[in-house]
Amino acid sequence: MERKFKLCYVSDECVACGTCMKVCPKSAISINNGIKAKVDANKCVGCGKCAKVCPASVMRIGERV
Amino acid sequence: MKKQWNDYLYIISALYLILGFFNIMFAWLGLLCFSIPIIISIVKGNKAYCNKYCGRGQLFQILGTKFKLSRNKDIPKFLRSKWFRYGFLAFFMIMFINMLFNTYLVFSNVKDMKEVVTLLWTFKLPWNWVSTDMFSPWVYQFAFGFYSIMLTSTVLGLITMVLFKPRSWCVYCPMGTMTQGICRIKHRGDEF
Repeated sequence: MERKFKLCYVSDECVACGTCMKVCPKSAISINNGIKAKVDANKCVGCGKCAKVCPASVMRIGERV
Repeated sequence: MKKQWNDYLYIISALYLILGFFNIMFAWLGLLCFSIPIIISIVKGNKAYCNKYCGRGQLFQILGTKFKLSRNKDIPKFLRSKWFRYGFLAFFMIMFINMLFNTYLVFSNVKDMKEVVTLLWTFKLPWNWVSTDMFSPWVYQFAFGFYSIMLTSTVLGLITMVLFKPRSWCVYCPMGTMTQGICRIKHRGDEF
C-alpha cells in the first residue's frame, strides 16, 4: 500500500544543532557526521514538528517523490 | 521520551551565569564549553556536544517554549548564511585573542587588573563586589574577560531567542560553526 504521509526535507544550510532530532516522535532524524540532519524516509511521517523547532528554518515538509 | 541526565544540563548553564555574580573564578569553568565540543568534533567527528550536551541550547529551548518567551519566527536568511556564520566566528576569535592578550598584559605587569565585565564588547559593567585577592591578578583578569564573553553570548542568544526561534543562537554560535567546520574537514570526500 502506498504511504500517504508527507516527508521532511533538509536543505544544505542545516547547522546540525540537533534540535529536530530531539522532537522527532519517530526518531527518524540523525545528525550525519556533524554536518547535516538526515531524515530516514521509512520512519518519517511528515508531522512537521522538526520544521517547527528548526532554528535555521531549513526543514521543509513536502510530498514524497 | 524518557529524560536522561544530559537533559538537565541547562541547570548547569544557568548556575554558571549566576555563580559569576558571586565568585568570578567560576568563569574559568566556561573553558569546558570551549574545549569539549572541539575535542569531540576532532576525535569523534561529530557534533554530539551541540546535539546532546549543550546546556545553553537547552536553556534557550526551555525559556522559549515552556516560558513562551520566543516569537517563534523564522530567522532572517543572512543570519544563517555561511558568510555571517564564519564572519561571526572570526570576529569572536579576534575578541577571544584580544581577551587573552589583555590577560598577558596583566600577567607581565604592564596593565592593572580591572574588575570589569564588558557586555557586548562595549558596555563596561563594574564588577567590584567579588573577591579578587586569592590568586594572581592575571587569573582574575582572564576570569573577567571570559565571563564577559559568556555573558555577551548569552545576551545575544536571549535577544535572538525572543525575536526568532528559541535556539536561534545555535545558528550562529561560534562553537557550533567551528565544530561543523571541523566535521566538514574530517569527513571531506565522504558521501553524505
